[in-house]
Amino acid sequence: MNVDVKMAWRNIWRNPRRSILTMTAIAFACLLLVFMLSFQFGSYDTMINSAVKIHTGHLQVQAEGYQDKRTMRLVVPDPETIGSILEQTPGIDAYTYRANAFSLVSSEERTYGIVVIGIDPAREANVSTLKKVIRQGSYLSEGDTNQALLGELLAKNLQVGLGDELVVIGQGRDGSVAATVVEVKGTYNSGQDEFDRSSIHIPLKHFQDIYAMRGGVHEVVALGKSLGAIPAIRKTVEDTIENDDKKNLLVVLDWIDLMPGLIEGIKLDLISGLILYCILILVVAFSILNTFLMAVFERTKEFGVMMAIGTTPRRLTKLLLLESITMTVIGIVVGIIAGCLITWYFQVHGIAISGMSEVVRQFGIPERMYPKLSFLSVTIGPTLVLFITFFTALYPALKVRRLRPVEALSSV
Amino acid sequence: MHLQLGWRNIWRNPRRTTVIMIAVVIGVWSMIFMGAFHRGMINQMVQNGIATLTGHIQVHFKGYRDDPAIEKSMAEPKVVQAVLEKHVPPGARWTARVRVSAVASNARHSGGVTLVGIDPAREAQVSFIGEAVTQGHYLGPDDEYGIVVGEALVEKFETKLGRKLVLMSQDTDRELASRAFRIVGIFRAEMEATEKQFVFVTLTAAQRMLKLEKGISEFCIVLPDRHEVDEVADNLRAALPPSKYEVHNWRDLLPLVDAYLSLFDTFIYIWFLVVFIAMGFGIVNTTLMAVFERIREFGLLKALGMKPWWIIRGVLTESFLLLVMGMAAGNILGLVTIFALSGSGIDLSAFAAGAEWAGISRVIYPVIHAKDVTIANLVVFILGLLVSIYPAAKAARFTPVEALAHT
Repeated sequence: MNVDVKMAWRNIWRNPRRSILTMTAIAFACLLLVFMLSFQFGSYDTMINSAVKIHTGHLQVQAEGYQDKRTMRLVVPDPETIGSILEQTPGIDAYTYRANAFSLVSSEERTYGIVVIGIDPAREANVSTLKKVIRQGSYLSEGDTNQALLGELLAKNLQVGLGDELVVIGQGRDGSVAATVVEVKGTYNSGQDEFDRSSIHIPLKHFQDIYAMRGGVHEVVALGKSLGAIPAIRKTVEDTIENDDKKNLLVVLDWIDLMPGLIEGIKLDLISGLILYCILILVVAFSILNTFLMAVFERTKEFGVMMAIGTTPRRLTKLLLLESITMTVIGIVVGIIAGCLITWYFQVHGIAISGMSEVVRQFGIPERMYPKLSFLSVTIGPTLVLFITFFTALYPALKVRRLRPVEALSSV
Repeated sequence: MHLQLGWRNIWRNPRRTTVIMIAVVIGVWSMIFMGAFHRGMINQMVQNGIATLTGHIQVHFKGYRDDPAIEKSMAEPKVVQAVLEKHVPPGARWTARVRVSAVASNARHSGGVTLVGIDPAREAQVSFIGEAVTQGHYLGPDDEYGIVVGEALVEKFETKLGRKLVLMSQDTDRELASRAFRIVGIFRAEMEATEKQFVFVTLTAAQRMLKLEKGISEFCIVLPDRHEVDEVADNLRAALPPSKYEVHNWRDLLPLVDAYLSLFDTFIYIWFLVVFIAMGFGIVNTTLMAVFERIREFGLLKALGMKPWWIIRGVLTESFLLLVMGMAAGNILGLVTIFALSGSGIDLSAFAAGAEWAGISRVIYPVIHAKDVTIANLVVFILGLLVSIYPAAKAARFTPVEALAHT
């Protein structure tokens, strides 16, 4: 082992209590950051996934302008072509077709204006969680025509149960009046009130018949293997469609385009979190600055001797930095290990957040939160700590160069 | 004399004292500032919620909250009105509304909205709409066919001032009632969702359209002081026959905001604790250093007959001075920051969509809350002294002989 490293190591343990306290402070900061960041990332993942699963999918192909205007006539005229393109695109797990129409839905007692969504039962089950959240009755099957699924809250508002009939009146793609009677086949509870209150699902075939869609749909929804792969898949799909669709009437949107609020909300949360963490690290830095400083000023005489026997100021600085970096690194390693262990425990068991069910329903987060360890969540915090502590340590380490041997020797 | 001794002792090493004080100052500053920032955020959330047609207290027909349908309206508002006039404190304002879900449509679009029939003069004193109209004009008392809609709705429907908008809703006979209105005013609200959801017509127009006669959906009351809510609500509950009416306060009406309130409280206190732990390490370490440097001194004092308790007191006095100075500076700095920002606020427009999604305002004005400031200071002060007991006890335990032999 290098002499300097050996000296630094021994110097650290000249005052074990102080060094341990300092390292504990660093470890505490790292532990907290690892846990908090994993927790944040975990909740983002859950939020994105639940929103993607129930609402938007990872990618959608729509007619240009449909996302903003939601007008009946902006359709994807030939969904099967898009479907076969998606089928040939590597990385796409599943896809489905949807069509939406704002309509008046009346039961015997009540009338509400809501969105009627036409879905392809078999394909939909692979893309969204709709089939899994059915609470009463059953999911749509292939041969169904005038059957409907609706949210529990909507069923309550309309005062209908399984087997009851609903009258649907809306406007077709061509502006004609669209009317039908559907029977409630099942109710679902997605956990997101807004969704459960505002939509009913009917088979796509039936939808296309009554709304005069002439085979068109509004959205072709695709689910990729993972969030990370989406940009690449999007590019491929865009290129293929461009070759096919000469008039440029179709656009490919990813989940960020489809839910701009979600990603911005995440950014906001992440940035405010990082500001908090920086403040915290700053407090820690000042807390440990004294240890580093004292390590220099207590030993003025010692440094005087070292300089008198020919140690260069450069080497002294190096020695001091070695001491503080060793302490920091030990603290960080301990912090990361402890942080990972704690996070891992909660990743397996989950954290129940009591008194939060309202917030949870608004954002569609499950009531048990699972932090998620990832390379980023484990490294961002400790890297910040390493940087800030390093700069803290620089001050005393540079200060030592100004010592003059004679003065230093005479100090007590 | 203790104070003087402590004071001189901490300035024996000014650099060390300054460094640890900076740690305390940053810590306290961040507690005060973050506390005020979050308090401001949640306060605005509450205020927005209350101004967006919630008010402090609402009176409905029994069962309306569960099932806000037209047949759950109050047919004899006069009864409630008389009770209100008797029981609300002076300075309180209230209004009556018709509120039903409806479908709005024009030639190009249709969509779901909430139709609100208002008494224009009274409503203006109760909710945000009185001052929110940016184009055209607010409803007059006789605006039989006038409608005020949000800017986002206008964009969505591709319409403009002076154009027609048809509203459809279920009337009291369970028939579909519809009526054409002309857009006379366009309002802007803090949240885009509000602009898309609410359309306002006059109370009489709504009543006629829905064949309600004199019936209304809700009474909304705003009190001069938010803290009287429970008392007034209880009085109203006692005065109104419970078989026919229900009274709710804003906490019942805005469960999401209520949940946020308690969540933010917990969050702020956890933050206080975490910051304290971070600086606690520094306080212990620094005090320990100060103690160990002076082993000989403590030994000498003890040899001269100083009781251990006095030594503990001496060391604690030093921590006390350190903490008090750090806290004073931190508080001043925190208050100055908040004061400087209270004019312009903290602008989150760069994340407008995110703020909207999270339900917070675009500009946050930090609010100083006496409770938060007190708790922050108490946490630092009490825990600060507690952790200093360790080095103080160490100092008290040196035996004179060992200590004097120490070099």
